[in-house]
Amino acid sequence: MEAFEYLAPSSLAEAFTALGNGKRSMMLAGGTDVIVQLRENRRHCDQLIDLKHIPELMSVDIRSDGGLDIGAAVPLADLYNNREIARRWPGLVDSASIIGGTAIQSRASFGGNLCNASPAADSSPSLMVHDARLVVASASGTREVPVEAFFAGPGRSVLQPGEILLRISIPPQPARSAVFYHRFIPRNEMDIAVASAGVRLALDESGERIASARVALGAVGPTPMMVAAAAEAVTGQAPTSETFAKAGEAAAAAAQPITDMRGSMAQRKHLASVLTVRAFERALQRIREAR
Amino acid sequence: MARRTHVTTSINGLPTEFLCEPRQSVLEVLRDELGLTGAKEGCNNGNCGACAVILNGRVVNSCCVLGVELEGAELTTIEGIADGEKLHPLQQAFLEEAALQCGICTPGFIVSAKALLDSDPHPDEHKVRFWLAGNLCRCTGYDKIVRAVLKAADAAETPVP
Ligand SMILES: Cc1cc2nc3c(=O)[nH]c(=O)nc-3n(C[C@@H](O)[C@@H](O)[C@H](O)COP(=O)(O)OP(=O)(O)OC[C@H]3O[C@@H](n4cnc5c(N)ncnc54)[C@H](O)[C@@H]3O)c2cc1C
Ligand code: FES
Ligand code: FES
Repeated sequence: MEAFEYLAPSSLAEAFTALGNGKRSMMLAGGTDVIVQLRENRRHCDQLIDLKHIPELMSVDIRSDGGLDIGAAVPLADLYNNREIARRWPGLVDSASIIGGTAIQSRASFGGNLCNASPAADSSPSLMVHDARLVVASASGTREVPVEAFFAGPGRSVLQPGEILLRISIPPQPARSAVFYHRFIPRNEMDIAVASAGVRLALDESGERIASARVALGAVGPTPMMVAAAAEAVTGQAPTSETFAKAGEAAAAAAQPITDMRGSMAQRKHLASVLTVRAFERALQRIREAR
Repeated sequence: MARRTHVTTSINGLPTEFLCEPRQSVLEVLRDELGLTGAKEGCNNGNCGACAVILNGRVVNSCCVLGVELEGAELTTIEGIADGEKLHPLQQAFLEEAALQCGICTPGFIVSAKALLDSDPHPDEHKVRFWLAGNLCRCTGYDKIVRAVLKAADAAETPVP
């Protein structure tokens, strides 16, 4: 590993001063990607800026409007160990609890998972179907990016030099809705998704029609993707297996996977469909159980 | 050589100071600077758990934490698990259940299992297996390890409700 300097600013202002000093910077949240990448000389920096001493990045706020703000560097374990979060946002726990094992989840954050921008990252589809907004800060102010517009390619996000992901903001979710996220891996745990799917399903007042839906896929393209066609295929329909099958077909059609060591193109297209259908079934189950 | 940073921390309850380069991992600091060689290097990339330590109450892989991050922290390593000469119930159970062969993975399993029992003194088998999913063992096939952890959990005093 090449040498670098380590900085641990205790405020955003200090962090931006450091970011403006002309050196090549990288951020350190939980370090589960960046430390390994620096060690393997896959990434290089002159200074590593530890974000964990900046209060805004380490706080969680269950908002009074029903939304949820998650500091970008909050460890995953803090999310699923929080009873209220686990109860009200099970679709977030679906992803937080499968990223690596216990020791990874003690450190790894949603923010780092997003900024690392792996097409297979587990947080992305689940945050996308929650309609999450990313609050990005720089020395000159903040801007908001919908999470589905955050990825620019494998390993690349729209973050500009000098910008820090501040928090993930989850808006209040629709009435009678639930999220479910899952992935296919050949093992039971501790593996990277061959393909993954997240769904948010909302029923109308009668509970017999689908009021709206959001569908997102991971690991079947250069970035995680929303599948608007799958959502359209089910909106206004009854929440039945026939309806969900249509969403599955749309997901398979939208998937643009590659063949690599984890899986073939054909397998991934098939998985996109199966995972989408089952995510709808499980989201529906969550809505029914919540009643 | 890059500048070394002075770090003040607590390791196994003892105030500890050391110098390290920012690029050195906690695993390297423990083994190369402090002579604490109980934590093992298996993969050096977060996958195997042989380097597990407890940082501020949580199990982490010490190969994925920088030494400089220990400033002001509390660290427990496998060397701090026994009570003097008296083995921790987990260590005793690993011996009794023959839960090791080559032993490279054992410090990581015991540290990780200790963090589990600290947070949940009576986990079921399912929870034990998922908790330890980030600890790899090439020798035992895991069953004996899981049995040892469950035995240590049974031996632990049941908290009065
Ligand atoms: C053994 C192992 C298993 C894993 N399994 C999975 C898995 O199953 N699923 C999965 O999705 N991932 C998995 N991962 C990767 C996962 O741990 C990481 O993606 C993690 O979520 C990154 O978060 P972090 O806090 O550790 O980020 P870091 O490693 O600290 O940072 C990651 C990147 O984001 C940048 N960054 C971090 N925070 C910010 C910020 N606030 N603003 C700007 N830039 C920032 C850093 O500069 C760096 O480039 C695994 C990793 C390991 C080692
Ligand atoms: S050596 Fe740290 S996880 Fe393998
Ligand atoms: S006993 Fe040899 S790796 Fe576990």
